[in-house]
Amino acid sequence: MNASFAFTRRRVLIGAGAGLVAPGIVATPLPALAQQPQGAVIDITRARTDPIPIAIPDLAGDSRGRDIARVIQNNLRNCGLFRPVDRQAFIQTPESAAQTPRFQDWRVIGAQALVTGRVIDQGGQLRVEFRLWDVLPEQQLQGTAFTAPAANWRRIAHLISDVIYERLLGEKGYFDTRVVYVAETGPRDRRVRRLAIMDQDGENHRMLTDGRFAALTPRFHPSAERIAFMSYQDRGQPRVVLFDIGSGRQQVLGNFPGMTLSPRFSPDGRSVVMSATRGGDANIFIVNLGGGERQLTSGGGLDVSPCFSPDGSQIVFNSDRGGDQQLYVMDAGGGNIRRISFGNGRYATPVWSPRGDLIAFTRMGRGGFAIGVMRPDGSGERILSEGWAMEGPTFAPNGRVLMFFRESRATDSRGGGYSSRIVSIDIAGFNERPVPTPTDASDPAWSPLLS
Amino acid sequence: MTTRLLGAVAALALLAACSNTDQNAAQTGAGNTIRPGSQEDLVANVGDRVFFDFDSSQVRADQRPVLQRQAEWMGRYPDVRVQVQGNTDERGTREYNLALGQRRANAARDVLVASGVNGARITTISFGKDRPTALGSDESAWAQNRNATTVVQ
Repeated sequence: MNASFAFTRRRVLIGAGAGLVAPGIVATPLPALAQQPQGAVIDITRARTDPIPIAIPDLAGDSRGRDIARVIQNNLRNCGLFRPVDRQAFIQTPESAAQTPRFQDWRVIGAQALVTGRVIDQGGQLRVEFRLWDVLPEQQLQGTAFTAPAANWRRIAHLISDVIYERLLGEKGYFDTRVVYVAETGPRDRRVRRLAIMDQDGENHRMLTDGRFAALTPRFHPSAERIAFMSYQDRGQPRVVLFDIGSGRQQVLGNFPGMTLSPRFSPDGRSVVMSATRGGDANIFIVNLGGGERQLTSGGGLDVSPCFSPDGSQIVFNSDRGGDQQLYVMDAGGGNIRRISFGNGRYATPVWSPRGDLIAFTRMGRGGFAIGVMRPDGSGERILSEGWAMEGPTFAPNGRVLMFFRESRATDSRGGGYSSRIVSIDIAGFNERPVPTPTDASDPAWSPLLS
Repeated sequence: MTTRLLGAVAALALLAACSNTDQNAAQTGAGNTIRPGSQEDLVANVGDRVFFDFDSSQVRADQRPVLQRQAEWMGRYPDVRVQVQGNTDERGTREYNLALGQRRANAARDVLVASGVNGARITTISFGKDRPTALGSDESAWAQNRNATTVVQ
């Protein structure tokens, strides 16, 4: 996404003029129906234990108003920081609320925030008017109209969800995002692994590859328009491949004699950091998308799973150079390598939070696997989830939520009982929930915000 | 007594199979013909794979003879080219296991080359933990899945 999109979006969120927030989606501020507050934001610090009660009646005017309201409600409930009020309790009708909210009706059922709106079908184009209200002071916090082709109604619902999240919690949301992952079918010894993509709420699944060649470990380009992943498509050789989502075009990245694996884009999107094997070693390289590569590590170990810090100055990676798998951080040029993991077990798959403050990882101990976070200097380690097998954390763009995949143990010699599913969890370690996928799934990677 | 006798007969049969150096077709118990120099021949009469300890790519002393027999076998069939496929158990992460599988394939390849096989006849590949032979989730399955398997191309 280019800079002008980000700028336009920011203007929309502060309630200035009309603008394009995503291809085909225009946002326009609505005139206030009540007094606008001066930067009122509900205190987020209480949200962890006390989700904000919010009422989300169906948007009035068109049957899609109900669909949009359900998507918003689902988003806000699943993030764990909101508690949608049971619609059975609603007193005022959606139509009436869309005209003028009777705040008393919403106050008595315990709603602190209220979402109202209207959907107008303009012959294939939907105009979706939405207002966010702070019920206690009876103030409108936000009023925006989105206009888009009717097929984009889900996208509008995610944009509205992000506006609500940001206005009430004071930080950016993550609902208008997608997740690329590996869709897995068939028995494990003849597994078919295809690249797939879905919205962050587990809707709109689409296969990106046909399964003739195994696809593994996809990661988004910062533009969300390209993916780097590992594939066995190049004459059966495992190589890192660039995939253009729009055109479907694929291209082997770099010019290496052996296997290349574990790609991740640099924050500026101009290069990929990844591993290449030679002989028994795996070393980390930076490969420029325009051509050319530079070796960053050497010395006889398996150095894999590199990931840039969000400012691009450092790289965290996984190495067995000290005997078993541990996490190391180095400068982006390859110098100043220091180990940061010192707990019990082996550590792998480090990913740097988009906020820069945490590194998430997989830890493998005697009993089982775990997903955790630590500060970039290795301090403050916290385990978020534990189980038989799990790996591959990926951060939401606001750094608040992780997805990873969880495997269940085979209970017989034919592999019965085995499964692989994507789950999400808050970085505070609560609200773990499955992300629905049509097939077994692994290796999720979260996109940046699309708008 | 009977058991010991049977064991001795079986050992003799095994020795006969191992020393079957001519180009005659080997026979399986079911009487099917195995083409000499084929993957079936390698599996039935030589052994197509070596096993590794957890998180290790050292070729174990007890596994080295399998690779040495593979090298002798490849000496007998100079047109045969092979791919050594490295595999791991499921008790690790995908990316690291891809690298570990590659290191196992390479370690097995190095023994084949040291035993006289021209390196140009051998390619290597890793499937990490993603192509297990045994589908259970227990130590015996994992031990089977930590391997380097030689596959005739």
